Amino acid sequence: MDLVDFARGPALKAAFIIFILGIVWRIVNVLLLRHKRILSEPRRSVPVALLAGLKGTGSRSWPHPEFIKRTVTGEALGYSYHIGLFIVILLFAPHIIFFGSFIGARWPALPNSVVTIFAVITITLFVAVLARRLGHPVLRHLSNFDDFFSWFVVALLLVTGLMATAHVGAPYHTILGLHILSFDLLLIWYPFGKLMHAFYIFPTRAVDGYVMTRKGAPS
Amino acid sequence: MNTSPVDFQANLAPEEAKLGESARVAGAMRGFAREIGALSALRLDACVHCGMCADACHFYIVTEDPQYTPVLKVEPFKQVFKREAGAFAPVFRWFGLKAKITGAELARWQHLLYDSCNLCGRCSLMCPMGIDIAELIEQARRGMFEAGLAPKELYEKAAHQRRTGQPEPSDEPYRDKLLAIGRRFNVEIPLDKPRAEVLLTVPRTDIEHYPAAVAALVRVMAHLKADCTFRSDGLVAENYGYYAGGRDWQREISRRLIDQAVACQAKVLIVPECGHAYSALRWEAAELMGKSLPFKVLHITEYLAEALEAGRLRLRTAQVGATAFHDPCQLVRKGGITAAPRQLLRAMGIEPRETVRHIGYNICCGGGGGVFDIERAATLRHRVVEEKFHEIDQTGAQTFLTTCSDCRRTFDDGKKRFNWELTPGSLLELVAEHLQGG
Repeated sequence: MDLVDFARGPALKAAFIIFILGIVWRIVNVLLLRHKRILSEPRRSVPVALLAGLKGTGSRSWPHPEFIKRTVTGEALGYSYHIGLFIVILLFAPHIIFFGSFIGARWPALPNSVVTIFAVITITLFVAVLARRLGHPVLRHLSNFDDFFSWFVVALLLVTGLMATAHVGAPYHTILGLHILSFDLLLIWYPFGKLMHAFYIFPTRAVDGYVMTRKGAPS
Repeated sequence: MNTSPVDFQANLAPEEAKLGESARVAGAMRGFAREIGALSALRLDACVHCGMCADACHFYIVTEDPQYTPVLKVEPFKQVFKREAGAFAPVFRWFGLKAKITGAELARWQHLLYDSCNLCGRCSLMCPMGIDIAELIEQARRGMFEAGLAPKELYEKAAHQRRTGQPEPSDEPYRDKLLAIGRRFNVEIPLDKPRAEVLLTVPRTDIEHYPAAVAALVRVMAHLKADCTFRSDGLVAENYGYYAGGRDWQREISRRLIDQAVACQAKVLIVPECGHAYSALRWEAAELMGKSLPFKVLHITEYLAEALEAGRLRLRTAQVGATAFHDPCQLVRKGGITAAPRQLLRAMGIEPRETVRHIGYNICCGGGGGVFDIERAATLRHRVVEEKFHEIDQTGAQTFLTTCSDCRRTFDDGKKRFNWELTPGSLLELVAEHLQGG
């Protein structure tokens, strides 16, 4: 068994199991905790509050004009690299074949050269994100191991992917193996760190929208 | 914890200072544990450390000091959650990834959780993840209180209010002061009626500093011919248990008012011009009591706006010039009262001049959430109020009103500090002065 076989064989299986079990456990752990009973008389009805909660899952994606002047850099960086990641992960032909083999589906790909350009841009944005985290007083003060390791895991995946596409650094097969291994690492780390925000973002926004609208307050 | 705040000496009441390390840590663990639930866990787990909440917090905006980043203020709570109740708590414990919290460490957080947070909720509006950071800070205060780390001023006032119903000793009981206000302003104080439709409460701040606002409340209620009463055993609207973070004390202080409302079979309990009192009674009392309240809780502006809509209240035009209005955070941002004050203003022919940051997004006075009472927080809150003054000055207003006596007092204090030209006024007093036929 060579590196690629190992990376996309037993390592991927183990990583995937950890990924699924970890995510499920992290969500179940939250759900198993005590649920607060809200007993105060609502200002808005339950359906209205529920609808606002649902709306909040989307509307929070765009910051209120009041805040945008102060947060525009963070917002722009955040949006840009997330879009870059989606394009590179989901619209690159080899990725579509890889993911498609698990779910039995195919979708159109972007030309490899276009995806490569996006990968370079995304890596550049990632460097900017790290520089900002290290240089911005608030982010530097706030950052912990999770912030840096989560950054490292995703950046590693991007860099090894770009190296594999460009055939640089080592024989293609070795780089491909490392790229898949870095994907395995991402799956393993995912439930333990802040990458979990992808699963939390919509429930948190929905709950906040519900709770605040119930009071008639802005959300 | 990944970082420590500036090393402030903890500001403790003698009773709190007596606590040893083990009792302090045990208290904190007990306090935090009571606050951990599905909702707080979701919020604590969801943070991505984007730091944007700092850009919403007036304490950060005026200082640019990263220690005032709102979500950082809940680090002790988060640390206990991760170590004791998080999905991977055993891993954190076994491998020492999250250290056990210490009393000394908690003490350093006192400045951040109390001196530099008004529980105003602006950070919660900003958070792209939708985390109600202000509520997490309130919950973290509860852990601090159990650890004997509430600031001296808040702890002592809460203890006194719990025991006596008023947050501090006074030369004469508030009941007598209330009656004296009635004599001074020539209004008849409805007091201790056995039955009444409306139970009135009064801010301690008004009794001590703004008696005209108390008289205004009585005058307006009399004008509306409301069947109302104050009750000697449940007068004070503020809840220092809430400020200090004492969950049980907060409940007991709320219970005093609830019992009086039940005793006189009130259908409505009116919270006068006090924002945090409104939050404590309107949104938290039922939860703390474990049952719905058998009466409505209304802020005085809501009550008057309803009377306005029903045609029971008619107001004369007020000749007060250009007017700016400050929305107290607990009413607008956390309480949903936006329209009522503006309805009242417009009924007096006043179109309020809004500050650049306004209504739900306005910045605070800087004194709410108990901050005004904390002596050492004065310098910090002065910087916030100065920022607010700039915004109000930009509107070109000649009159400045609010509807929270704590905001008003903070502005008054700021006025003295900065020789500000305007005099903060009460919306309720203005209404009382412009009653049609009154």
